[in-house]
Formats: sequence, structure tokens, C-alpha cells
Amino acid sequence: MADPTHLSLAQARDALKARTLSAKELTQAHLDAIAGAKRLNCFITETPDLALSAAAGSDARLARGEARPLEGLPLGIKDLYCSKGVRTTAASRILDGFIPTYESTVSAHLLSDGAVMLGKLNLDEFAMGSSNETSAFGPVISPWRRNGDDAGIVPGGSSGGSSAAVAARLCLGATATDTGGSIRQPAAFTGTVGIKPTYGRCSRWGIVAFASSLDQAGPIARTVRDAAILLRSMAGHDPKDATSVDAPVPDYEAAIGASVKGKRIGVPREYRLDGLSGEIAALWDQGVAWLKDAGAEIVEISLPHTRHALPAYYIIAPAEASSNLARYDGVRYGLREKGRDITEMYENTRARGFGAEVRRRVMIGTYVLSAGYYDAYYVRAQKIRSLIKRDFDLAFAAGVEAVLTPATPSPAFALGEKGSADPVEMYLNDVFTVTVNMAGLPGLALPAGLASNGLPLALQLIGRPFDEETLFALAAAIETAAPKLPAPEAWWSA
Amino acid sequence: MSVDTALVRRIAHLARIKVEDAEVEQLGAELNAILAFVEELNAVDVSGVEPMTSVLPMTMKLRADVVTDGGKAADILANAPEREDHFFIVPKVIE
Repeated sequence: MADPTHLSLAQARDALKARTLSAKELTQAHLDAIAGAKRLNCFITETPDLALSAAAGSDARLARGEARPLEGLPLGIKDLYCSKGVRTTAASRILDGFIPTYESTVSAHLLSDGAVMLGKLNLDEFAMGSSNETSAFGPVISPWRRNGDDAGIVPGGSSGGSSAAVAARLCLGATATDTGGSIRQPAAFTGTVGIKPTYGRCSRWGIVAFASSLDQAGPIARTVRDAAILLRSMAGHDPKDATSVDAPVPDYEAAIGASVKGKRIGVPREYRLDGLSGEIAALWDQGVAWLKDAGAEIVEISLPHTRHALPAYYIIAPAEASSNLARYDGVRYGLREKGRDITEMYENTRARGFGAEVRRRVMIGTYVLSAGYYDAYYVRAQKIRSLIKRDFDLAFAAGVEAVLTPATPSPAFALGEKGSADPVEMYLNDVFTVTVNMAGLPGLALPAGLASNGLPLALQLIGRPFDEETLFALAAAIETAAPKLPAPEAWWSA
Repeated sequence: MSVDTALVRRIAHLARIKVEDAEVEQLGAELNAILAFVEELNAVDVSGVEPMTSVLPMTMKLRADVVTDGGKAADILANAPEREDHFFIVPKVIE
């Protein structure tokens, strides 16, 4: 068989079942691709020995006709998911030397469905970032480049290792997490498909916490079908996460190819921001046309509190982060720096362990939760969050079944190009994605074309709570209509 | 609301993060940039709006009040930077 790293996850699954390809061959091909792609810095920890032994086990099961749903399929795991017996870093120095004695629920589901873990993928430190430049293990470089330009391009963030590795054919799919756009924005930047499911669809247990009321796990893959296959395995109730929902998980793959005739799709006028680039506006119009051609009905809707979502997010998320990250104190795990007394030990440990962006957010969060400011900032932001959710509730109550928007305000940018002078410049990347987390809704980003500079552009579909199936059906319709993106040229293996 | 250097130091202490003198001014400017960004929220009419407590309507699950886990002292201590027997070691707290 030609290079099996270029198969989709579904194609690889079928080839393994047909025994035209072995799990060992498939895994080895990916390990070779990873070994040749060090320049992209996608992985923080590679686990080739574990992968090959898992692949051998998969081949034995395949031979016995006992294949599980993801038998022998090589995946990357974002290094925010705890892996039993494998160093887990959250891309932070503060977790120095941490080796979990347990496996996160979502990655445990993937492994018990037969998936092969290739290693732990790079990310922004504690998933705080939109470019993967805040990682303590160095930035990830996107496999994509601008036309006629060698400048290193960011893969988006925080799941930048996941998006770059999937786009560069280093794994068939990857886990990711999304607090304000961290699955969808990197998927958009790399021409891949990413879905953040409804809050509560996947267990958060064993995933390093950032902002617990916003965090959700989800997959990044190269096709809509592949994302559906992975989400089915990742999702499900977990008694260890009280916010995970006790509801059956549908066969999402069955939604691929379902008719979207008559589906009412909302197009929110508030997303047509002042200064929205012509290229993005045209892409959005194109997406509307594709869905119309597929038989969907397009209606203009209003989500009037949209513009307040990002500022409110930058109160709520740091507040929750400051609380969650209080656990990193140098006592129970990770880094410890000495001090004259226990307070100084805490302060020295956290000063050395946290990077600049994490420190900034912990401090903002501490401030907005402190006595005298709590009502003015935090409570007000939570009220605005109620208004943002109500906007969506009203649109859905009026019969809208999904919402179509751009995924990002621009294509990917070069390393060092954004946010160095003003942190807010980087935050604006999430302007189209963050509302979805604030309202707890499912959101899917998928490639829809190339910008004039040669980089991928993406659309976002937003769904009703627990209606991921409609998103997969609509995304599959757009995927069929949209021009197929070429694989990025493998300049990194030179 | 503007964060001055005294407030930066106070926040840093509340957050238990040591800040070098040379960093205080820059950090204050960054925090002020973020606070300026969120300031527009003051103009939103939130009268009569309940603050969100749960993004989806869900009733908190209850379970029987029984021990479901435990006996893992070695696991829990496995990653401790300093430990002795089944204890975490910290600098002396009580004089």
C-alpha cells in the first residue's frame, strides 16, 4: 500500500478490517512520519514503544475477528489529558516530572476502543493561548506556509500540536480541548475538522482543568466522518464528572450523508463585524450558498449580546483558572522551589513554574474574585453570560436548527506576529468561537477554502444542545460541496 | 478601574506568585489593558438578569454517602517533590 498516513481514519479502519494493512505497518508509518517532523515540534512526549506494542495487540485482535471500533488506529493525545504512566505536562514547567497514576476518562475510552496512542501533543501552557506560542516546550510550527514565503506559521491554539499533527499526517486524529475556541480555531488554521461538543457530552475527569464551566473535550481529524467516529468513542457519562450528562451517545457517523433538506440555518447579523475581511465575508456567503444548494433554508437571526461574549469570557475564564490553578503549590506534584517559609515556597514555585500568559490570567482572575470587585466583575460577567445563552435559546425556540458563521476573523498568522505588545490582540482570535462555550453549545469548524495567501479558511456550525448529529450532517454537506484542500507540502521532512 | 504598582503587588501576593520589582510596571500595564478591554461590560443592562450558575439545566446528581475509593496513599504520594513515609513534607509552618 502507498503511504498509509494519507488515509483517512475511516479508510484506515476499513483497510485494517479487510486485512490489506496491518496495525503494525500503520503505526510504524506514523512513527516514521513523526521522526521526520521534529521541526514542527508537535509532540512533547513520543511513546513509540507503547504504540508498537498496542499495535501488535490490535493485529492479534484483528486476526481473531475481535476488532473494537478504533482497533489499531494511531492517534495523538493532547498533553492536557492525563496518561497513566506517561509524563503529562499541560505544556507547563510547573508539572515538571508529573507522571499520572491514572488515565483520563476520555483517553481511556479511546484506548479501550482499540486506539493506539502515538504520544502526547504540544499545546499552549494550560491551554491558555491561540497560537501555541505559550508552551513551555516551544511553539508548534504549522505544516502550512503562505504562498512563496518560508515564515513559520502558527497552527492555532491551544490545541496546536493536535491540529498540526493531524494536518501533517503524523496521526489519523487527535484529542483536543476547547475552552474558548481551542479546538475550532486550530482546526480552522490547519485545514482540519474540529468539534467541541455540548458541555457535559464528554467527561472532564483526568483532563487538566483550565476553566471548568467552559472546558470540553473533542476531536480534531481530517474529515467530518473521522471526527464523528472519534467523538462517539470519546463521549459518554462518567460518574466521576458530575457535569457529564447521563444520556445515550448516538452513532454520529450515521449522520454523515443524512439529508439537510429543509433544515433552518441561522446566519447571525452581529457576526458581520466592522472591519470583517472581504475574504472571510465571501467565504461565509459561499457557505450559505452551499447549504442552500443542499436544500437548507437560510434565515437571518440576531444574537444581540455577541460582542460582549469575549470581554465576559476574559473575566470568567481567568477567574476559574485562578481557582483551578491554586492547586499547583509545590507540595503534591510537579515543581518545587525552595523558600524561607511555606508562603515563600509557594510564591517561588509558582513564579518559576508559570509562564507569562498563565501568570497574567491567574492574576486577572485573582483580582476579579477579590473582595470588593467580585460583584462588579465576576457576577456581572455571569449575568452577561446568561444573556448570551438567552440569545441562542430564542433563536432555537424560533425554529433555527443550527447557526453558520466564520470560524476565525483571519487565516493563520506568523510566529511572533500577534499579541507581543498587547495580550488583547491575541484574544480577538476567539471572537467567533467563544460565544459557543459561554452558551455550552456544540460547535464544529471545518475547512472551506484557501485564502489568497494560500492558508486554509474555515466555517463554523453551531448547534442546539446535544444535537451534534445535525452539525455532522450539515458539515458533511459543506465538505462535499467545498473544494478539497491539498495536503500541505512536506517541507519539514527535508 | 486602574491597577497601580501597589495593587499589582497585592494581587501577586493573593495569587501566591512572586513578582520581581522590574516586572511590576509592565505587569500593571498588561492587567490594565485587559481591564480596559472588559470595561464595556459596565454599559450592558443586566437589571433583572440572574447570573449563570449552570450552562445547561441539570440537577446535581446525588449518590449514597459511602466510601467509593481510597487506599491509594502510595499513588497519591507518587509525584510529591518531597515525601516521607505517607506524608507530604513542607517547610515548617508552626514555630
